[in-house]
Formats: sequence, structure tokens, C-alpha cells
Amino acid sequence: MTVEASTREAYGRTLIELGKQNKDIIVLDADLSLSTMTYLFAQEFPERFFDCGLEEQNMIGIAAGLAASGKTVFASSFAVFASCRCFDQLRMCISQPKLNVKIVATHGGITVGEDGTSHHAIEDLSLYCSLPSFTVIVPADAIETTEAVKAAAATYGPFYIRLSRPKTPLIYRKGHHFTVGKSITMKQGKDVAIIAMGIMVAKALQAAKVLANQGIGCRVINMHTLNPLDEEAIIKAASETKAIVVAEEHLAHGGLGSRVAQIVAREKPVPMSFVNLKDRYSLSGKPGELLQRSGLTAEGIEEAVKQVIQKNKLSFCEMPS
Amino acid sequence: MSNHIKVASQDITGTNVFDLTVPELMEMAKKLRCHIITMIATAGSGHPGGSLSAVDIITALYFKIMHHDPHNPRWKDRDRFILSKGHAAPALYAVLAESGYFPVEELTTLRKLDSRLQGHTDRNLTPGVEMSAGSLGQGLSFGIGIALAAKLDHHDYQTYVLLSDGECEEGQTWEAALSAAQFKLDNLTAVIDRNQLQLSGWTRNIMNIEPVNEKWQAFGWHTIEIDGHNFDQILTAFEEAKTTKGKPTVIIAHTIKGKGVSFMENNVEFHGKAPTLEEAKRALKELE
Repeated sequence: MTVEASTREAYGRTLIELGKQNKDIIVLDADLSLSTMTYLFAQEFPERFFDCGLEEQNMIGIAAGLAASGKTVFASSFAVFASCRCFDQLRMCISQPKLNVKIVATHGGITVGEDGTSHHAIEDLSLYCSLPSFTVIVPADAIETTEAVKAAAATYGPFYIRLSRPKTPLIYRKGHHFTVGKSITMKQGKDVAIIAMGIMVAKALQAAKVLANQGIGCRVINMHTLNPLDEEAIIKAASETKAIVVAEEHLAHGGLGSRVAQIVAREKPVPMSFVNLKDRYSLSGKPGELLQRSGLTAEGIEEAVKQVIQKNKLSFCEMPS
Repeated sequence: MSNHIKVASQDITGTNVFDLTVPELMEMAKKLRCHIITMIATAGSGHPGGSLSAVDIITALYFKIMHHDPHNPRWKDRDRFILSKGHAAPALYAVLAESGYFPVEELTTLRKLDSRLQGHTDRNLTPGVEMSAGSLGQGLSFGIGIALAAKLDHHDYQTYVLLSDGECEEGQTWEAALSAAQFKLDNLTAVIDRNQLQLSGWTRNIMNIEPVNEKWQAFGWHTIEIDGHNFDQILTAFEEAKTTKGKPTVIIAHTIKGKGVSFMENNVEFHGKAPTLEEAKRALKELE
């Protein structure tokens, strides 16, 4: 049975832990602390928590000013507001001066669900990856979230961490070893490499299991850090397998697929296929329904793997297990 | 309550390293105006109008009001000056150079390749610059962050933010105005360089921001109105701001764009245009 856990709750709890260790940790929110779970920190350290109200642009500027005064600042909102609403402020006040601000955004992607198009953050990774000094992370589960948040606190510089609204399957155990910028190969395989992030990692593992039974060996890589990208792992995957499939809960342009393709094209061209939201907005619906409709499922990944094999007439050789 | 400062020199106690008198401040401002003209003319581009309207206020801060150490730009206890109107960078660079943050000779590298003096301010390149600015309306938020940090750390340094009047058209300025009052930041002072002109014309014709004073009062700020070219009024206003408790203060400084150079005064053409070498010579002659 799959055990599920909330990435945003993991964030809130980790903030408390960090707050106890370091009195210079400051947390900001924009009237969403009950949803982003920063209220957990606010309850514990009310003097180090500032609700900036519905003022995302102002919040980013305040975060920068605090960071310029030696603070380690966490600022949270929904991913859609923490990216699109305040992009110029992120660029001017945090990215260009390289200040020590961690934007941890919850409600990423389409799994926000019923709130609909306005609340589906599906451009955020493209925007953040375009800002040169930002480290961009999408953890694959709640345990990896804790590790990513701790790593962000321990590393000077701007970070963007994208979390989800619903609970997501746990794929790691406590004690999980996480290094910023170093992807994790979850499963070895020689036919096709599936490179995924966030909620798509669990689905990639499911897909790989089904494909193995059909004689197709898949390598599954959790590319939790989009910037800086683990180029070495991508080049290795391109060299040691015959094709690459990238799976992400994001629009086609500017996210993980674009970034991986750039490395593959430059270093070791191999056929590629992409599982993403293409170039379309999503509508209201239950998270599971929306994922199904968009093909962001284990079946969607299986299909992409088979397509890339057929289209390029690749041979595959894994023995059915 | 609105407060119109009486024109009276007051004895201001402080530990500014220069502690210039009013006549000395006037002399310094004249010198800085010459730097501004020379720098922008040499660069061949830049914003003379808004630099000349703001320079008296910045001069008063660095040579009389603020506690700062040019040999230790990131001294923890320094008062902070945030130039939100980043296009007035030449005025700030001139002040920083004359107060010893970097050599005066460096001023003519403004806007040139590999210069530390970028077209708009860069906090990582120029000693003494607190904020990277240039996209308007962001400085007050940055200043709030600094003022909050002072409260958290029980430091008594002051934070000063200089805004253009055009910046009062940016929505973020009003987000910041609300939150500075909400957080009761009496260690934060905003100054509005109210020169009435923005890039394409008079603010009242493009996007009227009046009544400015009443707006800021309504947002919970203590307001002071002064002649932004009168040092007695500037100094008295800063002293009043420092002693005002429980709320932030905004000083609405009525200024003249291009102040000090007859053909630039109230002339919108010089918002973002460099004087020709001929014009620069004429300007320098007037300032002598």
C-alpha cells in the first residue's frame, strides 16, 4: 500500500526545527500561512514571522531587505503568486544581488485541482530557471522536502522550492540522503532513461515496473534540482541508454524537459520524448482527474517510452522479469 | 498631521563623521552638482534632472545626518540609505566618492564597460550602495526589510529611502506604505523627491498623485513637507523624523528637476538625456 504524506506540512515542521537552531531564520507569508503551513513557525516564533498581507511584490522586497541585513529569509505563498505575481521583484531584489532568500511555494502544478486555471502554477519553473542565481528544487516527496528545506537554509543564496497541495506518495525513508544539484538514480536500466521530478518520480517508478515486465529496461532518475542541473547524470543516461523521456508537471517550455534537451543536444544527442502539460492551460477538476486528462500518469509515461522506441526503431533487450 | 517646517537652523547633535555646517553643505552640493554634470556628459547618457533635484537631500544625509563609515561600508550599525529612484545613481555616486567610499577620479567611469559605477545602482559592485535599483517602486519594501531587521536585532540605526514622485504611481509603493505603518516602523523615513516631472511630462498630467500629503497620512504615516533644496528645512525634517515614534515618517521634499542649471530646471528633456559637451560647459560655468 502506498503511504502518502504532505510536502507542505513537512515544510512547516522543518521550519520549526530550523528556527530552533538558528535565530536568524525569518519567515514571511502573504496571507496564506494556514495553507503554506508557515503558521506552524508563526505559532512557535511569533516575533520572527511577518504576514505581509496580500502584497506579494512587497513581501519579496522585504525579504531582500532582511536578507541584506544578515537574515536567512523564507518567504511563502502559492506557487502561482510566488512566481508570476512578483517576477520583477525576484529579478531585481533577489536574483541580481544574489541575496539569501528562500522562496518555498506550495500548491505547485495542476494538482491544486478545483481552484482552476488561475491557481495552476505551470509556468513557475520556467520563470525561476530563467533567473541566473536561483537554485530551483522540486522534491519528490515529503521526506525529500525536509531535506531540501534544510539544505536551502544551510546554503547561502536564492532558492526556489516548489511543493504540492495534496498529499503525495512517500518514496523515501527517513535518513534519505539529499544533495542539491545531484540527481538520484532510483532504478538502473539500459533501454530508456526516464528523468522526472516532483510527483512524476513515483509515477515513473510505476511505469518502469510495468515496462520491465514487457522487456523494456528503464533507468529512473529523480532530477529534483532543475538549477543547477546534474549534467553528468544526463550525459551518462544519454550514453548508457538509447532514449530519454522527461516527465514533469509543467508546461512544455522552459521546465525540466527543455533543460535536459539542451544538455542532450549539446553533449550526446539521443531520441527524446516529453510528458508534460504541452502548451495548454488546465481547468477545474479533482487532482487525479486533471492528471489523467493531461496524461501525467504512469500510463502516460509508459506510452511515451514505447513511442520513443517505435518512432526511432530502437531495439530493447531487458529480460522480462 | 501635516507639518510645515519653519525655516530655522537647529542644533542637531549627531555623530556624522563630517558634520558639515549648512554653508559647507551648500558648498558641497555645488561641487556634487558639477560632478553629476561631468559624469553624465562624459558617459554620454544618464539622468541629470532627477539627480540634480535629489542631490541636496542625499548630501544632507551623508555629510550631516547619517552615522556611516566610508572605510567600512558594511558596518553593522550604520544608518542605511536606499536610493529607490535608481536612475539618480550619479547623485549617489558623487556623494559616495566625495565622502571617501571610492576615488573621485572613478566618477568619470560611469556607465562604461567594466566600471563599478553602473547605469543604475548595483549593491554588489559599488562600495556604499545598499540596493540594486532601477526598476521603480521597489525601494520602500527593501527599506522595510532593513528596518524590521533593526527592530529584531535591537539596533538603533535608521533607514532612509529616497523615492521619486513618479514612483508613487507604482502599486508596490502603496503596498509598502501600508505595511510600514502596520509594522510601526518608526526607524524608517521615506523622502519623496517631489520634482513634479516624470519621463514624459508633468506628473499631474500623466498620472496625478495629489493629494500626496493626505494620501500618506491616510496610510498611517507621519508627514512633513519641506523645500527640498533648503538645508535648514532638510536637517530639521530629518531630526523630526528620527524623534517621531510609533509610525514611519515621510518627508515630501518639494524640489526642482534639474536644480542649479538654468536650462535644465523644470525641463523634462533632461530627465534622461545627457548634456552635450557644450551644454555641460555652460552648466559648469553657471555652477561655479
